[in-house]
Amino acid sequence: MITSILFILLLAAGTTLFTINVRKVRRNILLGKETERKDQPGMRWKTMARVALGQSKMVTRPIPAILHIFVYVGFVIINIEVIDMFVDGIFGTHRFLSFTGGLYNILVATFEILAFLTTFGCAVFLIRRNIVHVKRLVSKDLTGWPRTDANAILITEILLMTAFFTMNACDALLFNMGSHHYNVAFANPVSHYLMPLFSGMQEGTLIFIERFCWWFHIIGIISFLNYLPYSKHFHILLAFPNVYFSNLKKKGEFTNLESVTNEVKAIMDPSFMPPPADPNVQMRFGAKDVTDLSWKQLLDAYTCTECGRCTSACPANITGKLLSPRKIMMSTRDRLEEVGKNIDANKGEFKDDGKSLLNDYITPEELWACTSCNACVQECPVNIDPLSIIIDMRRFLVMEQSAAPTELNMMFTNMENNGAPWQFSPSDRLNWTKE
Amino acid sequence: MKVIHNHHSTIIIHTMENQTSTTDTQTTKQPLVVPTMADYMAKGESPEIVFWVGCSGSFDDRAKKITKAIVKILNHANVKFAVLGVEESCSGDPAKRAGNEFLFQMQAMNNITVLNGYDVKKIVTGCPHCFNTIKNEYPALGGHYEVIHHTQLLQDLLNSGRITIEGGSFKGKKITFHDPCYLGRGNDVYEAPRSVMVNLDAELMEMKRSKSKGLCCGAGGAQMFKEAEKGNKEVNIERTEEALALNPDVIAVGCPFCNTMMTDGVKHFNKEQEVKVLDVAELIAQANDL
Ligand code: SF4
Ligand code: SF4
Repeated sequence: MITSILFILLLAAGTTLFTINVRKVRRNILLGKETERKDQPGMRWKTMARVALGQSKMVTRPIPAILHIFVYVGFVIINIEVIDMFVDGIFGTHRFLSFTGGLYNILVATFEILAFLTTFGCAVFLIRRNIVHVKRLVSKDLTGWPRTDANAILITEILLMTAFFTMNACDALLFNMGSHHYNVAFANPVSHYLMPLFSGMQEGTLIFIERFCWWFHIIGIISFLNYLPYSKHFHILLAFPNVYFSNLKKKGEFTNLESVTNEVKAIMDPSFMPPPADPNVQMRFGAKDVTDLSWKQLLDAYTCTECGRCTSACPANITGKLLSPRKIMMSTRDRLEEVGKNIDANKGEFKDDGKSLLNDYITPEELWACTSCNACVQECPVNIDPLSIIIDMRRFLVMEQSAAPTELNMMFTNMENNGAPWQFSPSDRLNWTKE
Repeated sequence: MKVIHNHHSTIIIHTMENQTSTTDTQTTKQPLVVPTMADYMAKGESPEIVFWVGCSGSFDDRAKKITKAIVKILNHANVKFAVLGVEESCSGDPAKRAGNEFLFQMQAMNNITVLNGYDVKKIVTGCPHCFNTIKNEYPALGGHYEVIHHTQLLQDLLNSGRITIEGGSFKGKKITFHDPCYLGRGNDVYEAPRSVMVNLDAELMEMKRSKSKGLCCGAGGAQMFKEAEKGNKEVNIERTEEALALNPDVIAVGCPFCNTMMTDGVKHFNKEQEVKVLDVAELIAQANDL
């Protein structure tokens, strides 16, 4: 009875906290500007099924893809087991799902095998990060918290799975003893091998270990849930909406700036009347801070798994330039978090902190190194578009600050005067026919 | 003569004064027929397709050869085409990629006025940047056309039998194709250039990073016009190294910028004798001895 109440309180606290944090993230994302990403729902569902659920973009790197599938499927399926635990926790039952009879054997056996594969996957991931030092996983982008975050996730998953196995091993021993309450037989193909470790222990000790692991697992899962909004692991939830809302146009097409179109039309045709501007929206060409980006770009930032596939394909990064598309995404998230905290601290109003995404987080040197090749967009397993942020920030540099590199300013002047990026007379355009 | 230095290449431009002294043995074979839209208009006719030459194709000495190769093929296949000539202006791509949306839209709207004035329906470009921009970014500004890249036109001409390639001078040669970012990843066109080159009877080889994984040549995003940022290598050197590892006879390209970058890369490794950098259009023209 006491334990049931304790459990219900814990669950309520965990879900409340999670809801509060998710709402904050949602509010932060909605600080972004409007962008149309709700058209073609059929196509969007299909893309989501293929890229998020089916992980179609992971396969280009088969080893991490397979391991990731283990961890991903394992983690999703094992959550069914959590239902079992939740019901037991609330009603004080034991292995509630055992009413399914023979099916229950299959269920637990499946959970155990998947849990084993998850553990295996996590272990290999830890080795890749910390011993083999796979290049994209030890990059300087990840110095400090991001590296700790990655290891913490992997270690937590391994601990959770270990607790699960230990719990099952003790439970099976208690069943064999005929211990009261432990009255459900189940298949345990993996934890079976752990049983010798605990056999010969007193019934009381076994019950203690079993209960300890049960609570450890359940508290672990609730804590893990609440850790997500602070971690790159948030992608396990956000990957789905992020892929759903991904850009369905050709990657070569850059967004059209409507505000510019209106001005250009007014220049070219004096009778053109631009639609009245919304006085509540600050008019700015391009992006200086996160609030100048679209909500999709901000969702991208929260979804980034920090895997570095983008950066390892980036020609600028490969040749030693400062630019790293992964860092562009991480910086955007960091700045957005900072803006969010500022809003929390100032009763829902953002108070100017004299900082911005540009310069304080992302430097012009990074932005000007981009060749706009779309390799980062192509590689991202969750359809994130770092290039669009780079271009929006270039737009701010060029159109609001006239801060393009000198050679580009010369190119602009040539184009304005001669209709070509070089200094040639437009009247010479057909000279090649005579040469 | 004007010499333009930029960090990637030195473009030497012959201007009017020394025009007459320039003789290109290749081009004297058969005079090029290059009608303009204005010519068609005057006759009250309209062409099948407009050939959008692009700034490189009009002014860069190396790229002009590609332009001529395309025209030779068009002439050979009796395609009724027209260029805009002096009425063509930069598509605005470098301005857009550099963040100068104002300049881009000015360029785009001026071009759209010209194109719509001629009621243009179909365009072939000699450059993937013009291709991408006109195809994808002009519609929002009122320019709606069917736009294809010249490798797609070559594919059409071959498929419909309007040109054929027999044997040709590239038989058995090793050729590797470098995907232009704005044709490949930008617009998912990977097969057109390859299916054209299959007809050469050459040995087509793929670089490790090819198609959707192709590595940029380093010129896109307006990098062509500026010094690269500080790093430990030039992108074109990285890419050329990868191509040269295959020991090719030809590095095939489909973009005048890639052409410049790869040519410079080959020169960097002192391989310009052994390895030629040629546009797909040049391969087809040369194979047909045009
Ligand atoms: S688009 Fe820019 S950031 Fe992305 S891979 Fe290419 S050069 Fe790197
Ligand atoms: S943007 Fe995509 S590819 Fe790059 S680190 Fe984030 S999740 Fe990975």
